[in-house]
Order: sequence, then C-alpha cells, then structure tokens
Amino acid sequence: MRRATLGAAVLAAFFLAGCGESPQVTVYKQGKYQGKPDAQSWTNDPPADQLRGSTWTKGDRGSWESAINQRAMGQNEDVRIYKQ
Amino acid sequence: MARMKFLVDAERCIECNGCVTACKNENEVPWGVNRRRVITINDGVVGAEKSISVACMHCSDAPCMAVCPVDCFYRTEDGVVLHDKDLCIGCGYCFYACPFGAPQFPQAGAFGLRGKMDKCTFCAGGPEADRSEAEFKKYGRNRLAEGKLPACAEMCSTKALLGGDGDVIADIYRERVVRRGKGSEVWGWGTAYGPGKAGTQPPAGGKS
Repeated sequence: MRRATLGAAVLAAFFLAGCGESPQVTVYKQGKYQGKPDAQSWTNDPPADQLRGSTWTKGDRGSWESAINQRAMGQNEDVRIYKQ
Repeated sequence: MARMKFLVDAERCIECNGCVTACKNENEVPWGVNRRRVITINDGVVGAEKSISVACMHCSDAPCMAVCPVDCFYRTEDGVVLHDKDLCIGCGYCFYACPFGAPQFPQAGAFGLRGKMDKCTFCAGGPEADRSEAEFKKYGRNRLAEGKLPACAEMCSTKALLGGDGDVIADIYRERVVRRGKGSEVWGWGTAYGPGKAGTQPPAGGKS
C-alpha cells in the first residue's frame, strides 16, 4: 500500500511537471562589442599640409567637430552662389 | 555632439556614379565589392526617373549590430557604425538584416566562398591604429582622422550626396528645399508611409 502511494506520488509529480509554465519567448540581449578598441578621430594630430585636411587641436573633440562641420558647409554651394 | 550621416538629394543626382568611383578609388575596394552604388527608379521614364546613392546609412539603431553573432560591430562616438574584421566570421546575418544591402562579401573560388564582411566605413577606417597601413588594407582610408569627409560626398559633382554631421547637412538640404520650393516630400511622410499628397499633414495621431 505504501509502495503504491509512493509510486502514485512519483507518477503524479512526473506528469504534473509537464503543466509547469516556463517562459517560451526568448528575451534577446544586446550584445557587447568584443573586438579591438578604436581611437577617436580627434585624438590624432592634424594631418600634414600636403594632405589638405582640416586643422584642430589634438585631443579636443570640439575643435575637431567645428573643423569637420566647417568642411561640411563646403557642400553648400548656395552659400557660395547667393551669399557672396 | 556630431552624429555622422549621409543624405541624398534625389532632385540632384544625375546617376554619374562618381560617388561609387570615388569610394572604390579612395579605399581600394576589391573587385566584386561595392560599398556604395547608385539606384535608379523609373529608369527612362521622362520626368519620373530618380536616382539615389546608397551605402551604409550608419543607423542609430543598427540591425546589423543586433544580429551579429560574434558582436563585431561598434559605433564610434561620432555615430559611425564600424566592425572588426578580425572577429567577423562572414556568416552573412548582417546582410540579411540590413535594409540597405550595405554589407558586402568578397567572393572567391568556384563555390562562392564568402569572405569577411566589408562595408562603407564613412571613411573612418576601423579598429587599427589610425592612418596606419594595416587600417588602410583592412578598412580603407581614415579620412575623418584627417579632418576630411567621406570621399563620395566630397567628390559628388552636383552635391546630391551630402555627408557630415546630421544637423549640418539637414540644414543644407532644408535651405535647398526652401529655395527651389520642392523636394521636402522626397524623404517625408508620404514617401515612407503612403500615397498622401505632397505637403499635406500626416494623419492625426500618426508619427511625423
């Protein structure tokens, strides 16, 4: 009798385990970059004159950004045509 | 804070492929890999033909970064999406995820072997010493580290392709649209979400 009860309990536990509700949707996590570190553009020395790049203060992000933005404005020919 | 973007003015692009050539030349991109290409719609239809130059758009929420199984992508502080070729396994997931078809794979051999992914770097090189030979060989020229803009945008003869800080080039484009009185619809609501008439307001409750 005792053995039968124990067996029934084990069987019940086994079958009820299928009724458990485990999460079915995978929650994706954004990966983290695993590669080599890269230097920022403004940490470089401004190029030599013959390369005709912009000039900025080494390590100063603001001065690099203003140099690159000034260069970007060269794409606006309206400035050259209408505002001279 | 600069956030580097490309913007193409379809009213100006004359399909000269100068941007494609400039990119190929500047970065010495191998045969079969096109980091940039010109797409034309309504080809040959008078008045309806439009061309745009397409490359990696350096998305703010880039799908290639999300799907990469080896996490070889990163975004620089100025918003350029780059990747480490030493880590790339050439699986091609990024190609399937990218809505612009930007990731390219060099083909070698008769059985279509797929090499490591190559894509537009916004002329910002990659994770090697800036302006070094190793960086040039793997990723192309690092023009941003020289205080220059991408070669494609700087070489564009009609200035249809603009490259630079998103705020700056958006201002240039806005100024053009105001001056010529058309073109705001090119990248606007109607183009993206439906056949609404140009210049009309988006439906109430919709995103703008």
